Amino acid sequence: MLARRIIPCLDVKEGKVVKGVHFENIKDVGDPVELAQRYEEEGADELVFLDITASYEQRETMIQVVEKIAEVLTIPFTVGGGIGATGQVANLLRAGADKISINTQAVLKPELISELAEMFGSQCVVVAIDVKRTWDRINRRSYWEVFINGGRTPTGKDALSWAQQVEKLGAGEILLTSMDTDGTQTGYDISLTRKVAERVRLPVIASGGAGKLEHLLAILREGKADAALVASIFHYRYFSIGEAKAYLQKRGIPVRVED
Amino acid sequence: MIAIVDYEIGNLYSIFKALERLGEEVVVTNQAQEIREAEAVVLPGVGSFEKAMENLEKKEIKEVIKENQEDGKPFLGINLGLQLLFEKSQEAPRKKGLSLLPGEVVKLPPTNKIPHMGWNRVYFKKNSPLTRDIPQGRFFYFAHSFYVLPEEPQAVVGICNYNVVIPAIVNHDNVWGFQFHPEKSSVWGMKVLENWVRSWKK
Repeated sequence: MLARRIIPCLDVKEGKVVKGVHFENIKDVGDPVELAQRYEEEGADELVFLDITASYEQRETMIQVVEKIAEVLTIPFTVGGGIGATGQVANLLRAGADKISINTQAVLKPELISELAEMFGSQCVVVAIDVKRTWDRINRRSYWEVFINGGRTPTGKDALSWAQQVEKLGAGEILLTSMDTDGTQTGYDISLTRKVAERVRLPVIASGGAGKLEHLLAILREGKADAALVASIFHYRYFSIGEAKAYLQKRGIPVRVED
Repeated sequence: MIAIVDYEIGNLYSIFKALERLGEEVVVTNQAQEIREAEAVVLPGVGSFEKAMENLEKKEIKEVIKENQEDGKPFLGINLGLQLLFEKSQEAPRKKGLSLLPGEVVKLPPTNKIPHMGWNRVYFKKNSPLTRDIPQGRFFYFAHSFYVLPEEPQAVVGICNYNVVIPAIVNHDNVWGFQFHPEKSSVWGMKVLENWVRSWKK
């Protein structure tokens, strides 16, 4: 049976991991390579690196970081942030990334998804969707709206139909972030994730809101997510990946643990 | 020297690094001559069956791979590289595969989430030098939408279950294929690669 995945997410700025990451025995707490290795040893199923600066000059830095990460990791990893051109994707994959994640450019130019899927295969095209519950004043109803530019720009797009469109265009996975729960550590958005997971036949990675192990259980069970993206829980050492997986396994969620 | 066939498809760096970590001399190449001279050949690959076959034909690598098989040279296909070894694929019904192994490549049933993406347990159907020191039911990393159906059931060395039985390790004489990515499958992935190298290395 396919295991549900636990995926630590690292924000990278100018070649350094920026969100507070509290590991002991690590010389440079912001070194993405050391952290990547540490998370693999702890049992991470995959890693996601988000380049949160992604200005033109800094893309070169990211390529170098990706090369160094690929040298040490033997689990898959995804790179996202500011990706909009097929040449850029080719460079990241050549540097050793297994998947890339696109967000804003996918919304602005949906055919980019098909282009990338055709060129590199669907399995390496992750479409990230940032979603916020919004009140539609005309139809007097609330809906899940897609946001771009790091959550700054509303698009008026309905997240559920966008997810379906993304699937048709050839995406291999959806990375679904709820802006309502992101950073709150009060739990993932279960109803949003479940709705999306039921609408598409693609794997869905849920993101935003994990603060306790119960949240992981809820998103994988009730939320029907295939994978959970986690930041604070692991970065601040509330729990180790091993503890999280043992907790889930005990409650009947299939996870990758050595038995 | 192990030659990794470069036919402009996907991430070759990880498999290169993995083999290098085992202490092997490795070259990534699209030159027929270099592939011909190598001690063993790895055909990696992600992406589309049709485009991959076109690239292999264009670079005359297809012929070298066939020669290799006749010479009994160790050969390993990974993911799409495994699927290309068969005669045909539902992914590109009009494109002929390398046809080193009898059988075809079919689409995963639509009732499954596609791609089959993530870690799944692999069970061995028989003992072989490649499965040495690897217990039953270890996790390996998969990322694919099609899977192989060998005509000869005895070619299947290992399987995994994704609502259908998927051949995960396939073997016929000197030709081996993995549906999973050993270079992305952490400790057990490295072990199965090491076993492959040991199986032919003198």
